[in-house]
Amino acid sequence: MTFELFLQHLANGISLGSLYALIAIGYTMVYGILRLINFAHGDVVMLGAYAAFYGAALFLLPWYIAFPLAIIITAALGVIIERIAYKPLREYPRINLFTAAVAVSFLIENLGIVIFGGRPFAFTRPEFMDVNLSFGKTSIISYTFIIIITAGILFAILLYLVNKTKAGMAMRALSKDIETTGLVGVNTDRIIMFTFALGSALAAAGGILWATKFPQINPLMGVMPGLKAFIAAVLGGIGNIPGAMIGGFLLGISEILIVAFLPSLSGYRDAFAFAILILLLLFRPNGIMGEVQAEKV
Amino acid sequence: MKIKRNTLLTLAALAVFYGLLALAENTLNTYWVRILNLCAVYTIFAVTFNLIFGYTGQFSLGHAGFAAIGAYVGALLTLSPAQKQANFFLQPILPFLANVEMPFLPTLIIAGLLAALIGSLVAWPALRLRGDYLAIATLGFSEIIRIFLVNWQPLTNGAMGLKGIPEYTNLYWSWGAAIVTIFIVKRLIDSSYGRAMKAIRDDEVAAEALGVNLFKHKIMAFAVSAFFIGVAGALFSNLISTIDPKVFLFTLTYQIVGITVMGGMGSLTGSAVAASLYTIFLELLRPIESQITIGSLMIPGRPGMRMVIFSLLLLFVILFYRKGLFGQKEFSWDWLIGFLRGKNRKMKTSQTLGSTGAADKENKS
Repeated sequence: MTFELFLQHLANGISLGSLYALIAIGYTMVYGILRLINFAHGDVVMLGAYAAFYGAALFLLPWYIAFPLAIIITAALGVIIERIAYKPLREYPRINLFTAAVAVSFLIENLGIVIFGGRPFAFTRPEFMDVNLSFGKTSIISYTFIIIITAGILFAILLYLVNKTKAGMAMRALSKDIETTGLVGVNTDRIIMFTFALGSALAAAGGILWATKFPQINPLMGVMPGLKAFIAAVLGGIGNIPGAMIGGFLLGISEILIVAFLPSLSGYRDAFAFAILILLLLFRPNGIMGEVQAEKV
Repeated sequence: MKIKRNTLLTLAALAVFYGLLALAENTLNTYWVRILNLCAVYTIFAVTFNLIFGYTGQFSLGHAGFAAIGAYVGALLTLSPAQKQANFFLQPILPFLANVEMPFLPTLIIAGLLAALIGSLVAWPALRLRGDYLAIATLGFSEIIRIFLVNWQPLTNGAMGLKGIPEYTNLYWSWGAAIVTIFIVKRLIDSSYGRAMKAIRDDEVAAEALGVNLFKHKIMAFAVSAFFIGVAGALFSNLISTIDPKVFLFTLTYQIVGITVMGGMGSLTGSAVAASLYTIFLELLRPIESQITIGSLMIPGRPGMRMVIFSLLLLFVILFYRKGLFGQKEFSWDWLIGFLRGKNRKMKTSQTLGSTGAADKENKS
């Protein structure tokens, strides 16, 4: 493999990794607070992509209006899901919450098939994302960079929100102990809603960028990215935001590079992600950045 | 004396049930026979999930993978050599399988044993994990199995799947297997092993402190479950006669989880009833996905509508009827007789039934 080709694969891997990371953050934030594997999160990704698609294709909005609008709509949907399906179950055994997530995921996917139709749509990239850039012998289409840059900006905003603002502080407190945080005067409901809004907004951004990278959208498009992003979240140590980013990049880059170096294994690409996950769980069950939790008796 | 009466009643019920099966097999059309067969297959799926999660508390999401193993074993061992050649036109099948053709019973047993073997191999490392992590790891294993099915062309024919599998499954096989499964699982959870499993479910640390061998009991639950899932998988492939890896996506596992939750975690009766209701209900809803004409108004068919209704129903049960149809209650003859004798008696029995310990009373048939 030439160095140029390697660079191309690397850029590809980083952009895929940043998509995984964007989606993984939503999983990790929700898990950190509610201890819920939000299986519907992957479908929220799909909703984001469809919202952007309809904004651009049906209402003919320019991308700089359609995309942010799609992100806002998806964030609102994320909050609605939490209100309807998860909030009433907060005090109940976790299996109920998990099954609710599964039911919501089923519901969104099948509503998607009913409303959007089962056939895939072609997603048109905005022109500036379709420019072919050449660096010597390496040529990369501009969306690869735009994905990486957008993701980077969003990560910076998120880290600022979580680490420097009051709401972020409350989120971190919630993930330590919901009850006590409520006792010291934090409106836990509002913060949980905020968490879902933030996670869904990032998922929508991830979905839109995903659709620019793989420009075909269908109602089940969120399932695999969702599962992979979830693996990324576990890799990084679920509940840990920087961990989710690292996990996402690690998964994206290694997936692309393995297929690049060993093309004969390309069919096993998805199995590979799961194999990493299982090995990691066995040897470092709390992930790369996860904290070891003592068991209370 | 009482136990004897109940055993007699069970035997009588089995005889009646056998008669009903014979009646159904002979009078109903193939469409409905197939649906009733599917009811039995899903009953086995739900009952085995209940054993792992409802009784042992191990959140395993590997059902689809184990079912896939059973289904492929069931298909590969029953396909005739000629059919195999027709299926594997891209690349010939592995030579040791090319000329194998077995009767159904040994096929079912081998399917079960292989699923149990792989299930135990998976469980061996995975059971070090707990709760959600176990769920993710088993989900991962299940997906790995599926991806192998897609890629290992000489063994599984890859994404094209297998066609022309002989339709050996009939109501006697499927419901016979379902009844054996329920019987054995029931005996297991009522035995000392079963009590240990429930102790693990309720509090792992306390159970261990009292001397329960966690690993042994967990792996036992896993192996028994996987065995019957494998059998159900083989019944499934010999029922629908065409399988491909997509059938065994993890969404199958989610469906099984949904059915079990709807029936009630920790109730085998609930699993059986919910599995049958689910299958029949989904079939009855089929017309809403096809074109409907009301007068001059034509509503075009919308595929996916059935699953929308199923997921709404599931969500409704989870939100407003949290224990599912049966909670942890089981059908038992004592309950039925009490019920028939009048309200006073019924109240008394249902009180005892309410507690977990008394729920495990008499074997349900």
